[in-house]
Amino acid sequence: MNTVPIVVAGHVDHGKSTLVARILLDSGHFADGKYEELLAAARRRGIAVELSFLLDAFQLERDQAVTIDATRVWFASPRRRYEIIDAPGHVAFVRHMVSGAADAAAAVLLVDAAEGVSEQTRRHALLLALLGLPTCAVAVNKMDAVAFSEAAFRATASAVVAMLSAAGLACAGIVPTVARDGDNLVRGSARLPWYGGPTLVELLDALEAPEARERPTRFLVHDVYRRGDERVLVGSVASGRIAEGMTLAFSPSRETATVTGVVRFPEARHAAVAGEEIGITIDRPLFIEPGDVASELIGPPTLARHVEADLFWLDAEPAHAQDAFVLRCGTRDGAVTLTAIRSVVDVATFATDTADRLARNDVADVVLHAVRPLVVDLEGSALARFALYRGGRIVGGGRLRAATNAPAERPRSANVFASERRARTREPGFVVWLTGLPCSGKSTLAERLAATLAEDGVDAYVLDGDRLRTGLNGDLGFSLADRSENVRRTGEVAALFADAGLVAIVALVSPMRDDRARARAAAPGHFYEIAVQATLATCERRDVKGLYRRARAGELRDFTGIDSPYEAPAAPDLVVDTDVHDLEAGAAVLTDFVRALLLRRS
Amino acid sequence: MPVPPSDSRAMTELDILEAESIFILREAYRRIRPLGMLWSMGKDSTALLWIARKAFLGTVPFPVSLLDTGMEYPEVYAFRDRLVALWGLDYRNEACPPESAVDPSLPPGGRAAARKTEGLRALIARERWKGVVLGIRRDEQATRAKDRVFSPRDPDGSWPFRDQPPEFWRYHQTETVDGGHLRVHPLLHWTEADIWRYTRRENIPFCPLYLARDGKRFRSLGESNITFPVPSEASSIDAIIAELETTRQSERAGRAMDHETEDAFERLRAGGYM
Repeated sequence: MNTVPIVVAGHVDHGKSTLVARILLDSGHFADGKYEELLAAARRRGIAVELSFLLDAFQLERDQAVTIDATRVWFASPRRRYEIIDAPGHVAFVRHMVSGAADAAAAVLLVDAAEGVSEQTRRHALLLALLGLPTCAVAVNKMDAVAFSEAAFRATASAVVAMLSAAGLACAGIVPTVARDGDNLVRGSARLPWYGGPTLVELLDALEAPEARERPTRFLVHDVYRRGDERVLVGSVASGRIAEGMTLAFSPSRETATVTGVVRFPEARHAAVAGEEIGITIDRPLFIEPGDVASELIGPPTLARHVEADLFWLDAEPAHAQDAFVLRCGTRDGAVTLTAIRSVVDVATFATDTADRLARNDVADVVLHAVRPLVVDLEGSALARFALYRGGRIVGGGRLRAATNAPAERPRSANVFASERRARTREPGFVVWLTGLPCSGKSTLAERLAATLAEDGVDAYVLDGDRLRTGLNGDLGFSLADRSENVRRTGEVAALFADAGLVAIVALVSPMRDDRARARAAAPGHFYEIAVQATLATCERRDVKGLYRRARAGELRDFTGIDSPYEAPAAPDLVVDTDVHDLEAGAAVLTDFVRALLLRRS
Repeated sequence: MPVPPSDSRAMTELDILEAESIFILREAYRRIRPLGMLWSMGKDSTALLWIARKAFLGTVPFPVSLLDTGMEYPEVYAFRDRLVALWGLDYRNEACPPESAVDPSLPPGGRAAARKTEGLRALIARERWKGVVLGIRRDEQATRAKDRVFSPRDPDGSWPFRDQPPEFWRYHQTETVDGGHLRVHPLLHWTEADIWRYTRRENIPFCPLYLARDGKRFRSLGESNITFPVPSEASSIDAIIAELETTRQSERAGRAMDHETEDAFERLRAGGYM
């Protein structure tokens, strides 16, 4: 039987870490010497042995007696193995609680018998429901603080039941406990004789996994790999199954193809089931990119530009209507705008309120508008839940509750780049950096590429070394230091152009590997190094400006290729060999490469 | 060749763990470049290399490095040389700075770890890696238990553990601030026993030092000067798995650096150790 992940949630100081540690201790899962180690750590702080230190490993957590981040431990009951996720209860660390709870199959919600249901208990219950946890077991803890009173237990229990029902979370049972001493965790309790129900672990053992529902096939394309001459679409079988001979529809294009092979290494396969990470090959050269979703022809996922969602906001910076985000759903990223905040949940009452912004830990009903169609499901899990990113940081997440259909997206080709790109909000550009010996053909290739891109409607700009030396770099000479500075400035300018959304095409000898690496670092992830290759003899024969002749005659010193080194790229993104190709063919190779980049990056 | 799960059977626990690790590796490779991996030749990172070969259909598409203090056991170096050839790895040895270059006030185990931390810093700076794949697991050590699958590091390599980004479902933070990098932990959810069961199922090569000789074996493999074998009669992989089902010894009991002070490991990790 597989391990069951359980999250322990609830208000700060209600005893979560202690409860988890005590379960481990009483079920024989403390390593030798661990108890003595905790005893020593407690003595150093002048306190009695503190079981929670088993999980609260950070010094700061121990010194302040608060869990900051979620942790995980394992234990086995008579029935099965559990992974227990101890989530922080403090309101400042809700994002860590979400990180832990999202992986759980069920929850234990801890409530202090004396304090009862607090705001943080309610917030955790709400988040557990939003994260899709089907059920939770409740521990009413610190029963010793209410003199083991049955009446006190009943009062708290009925408040919990009402709260859980309002939060939309099923309750599997409620157990009175004293976590510190182990009452009703693994063993029963002589101090709570009026309680005849199961211990907490017995209650967990009785939980049954919800019946797995048969769902339509969703193959989430994660990436496209080359294997020899084959293109392999790798990804996750999120639901359903994939088999050779099956005809699939790919969303958002809705184009169809038949599976010719199921690819795993090292074994050969003919089919795969939900949960597997596989590759597939198909019978047609469709343009497929990471984030596409394959399904059966009947019942494909929904294409939507407008979606409504229940959102939890985790970032310190608030969100406002009209803010722009990247929405990641399955393996697909798409630009979205938060068009409306319809309501925010008041955690104290679970009533909804209007709001014009989302503060950290808010749970809200929102409307999002997507630039390109999102590929979503409202039922099932993988394509019904999403995360929001801003500036590369993960800022929130949620579940979709409604989606408005949008038409299938026309398969894209080179001539729709322009409208595509303009439609997108601040699409980042990139740098195409041509390096090579003088007269290897860099400037000519750069101009040809810019001209073709202009015909495609793509904004591109050529930064040519010679031209820059008349202006921006006019103060620089040809010493090694000045040459290096010349490359540095060009790299920075190219990065700025790319940031503004242009394709910055640089034609520069840039002989030193380190200088080029620095230029790459200026535009991380948006830099492509093109090695323009020609033999020295060829370049010298071309000698457009007569520079080689002058260098040979000793009139120019430190001339790259003659008496100054050229460090060829070790791993260029593309090689254009102008010895082998004539200019037209070389320009075509370069253009194809950049067009493929534009497709891949969009 | 291992027996794959049949086309109709439900996935086993090891299948599920493997699938998650493959997803994480593919996600890292898709979104973080340049990417590299650390390989200590131990059971975890070797199993991880095996999974990477599965994820990328037979080849590991990024370089793998050992942070080499020169103090590994000879069996470890021999094992490395065999696998580099067998699996066609892009292997790059990273010599760590000498002990004289690190803080002399650290205890001996801490000094060895500091050499590796410095070695990793130098490696990342030179290769300009934006991501490093590592084989750490939550059940090894309590601060590792609190780490993220995609764990951003500050530009100086340190771990901002007080304010880790959220990650939920399969959504991770896959970018860092300029100059920082991401640690990627595809084995975070695995346990020690999972690794051995998987190694047995897949028939993955492992270093012979893990097997008992003369009543002792290495449970965790580190430098010869700070790692010690523990009493054991487990001389086969089956015996190791049986031993793990009953032992109450912690896995890293033979690692001096963990036990020098209460916060020894936290300080190492906060400073950039693996």
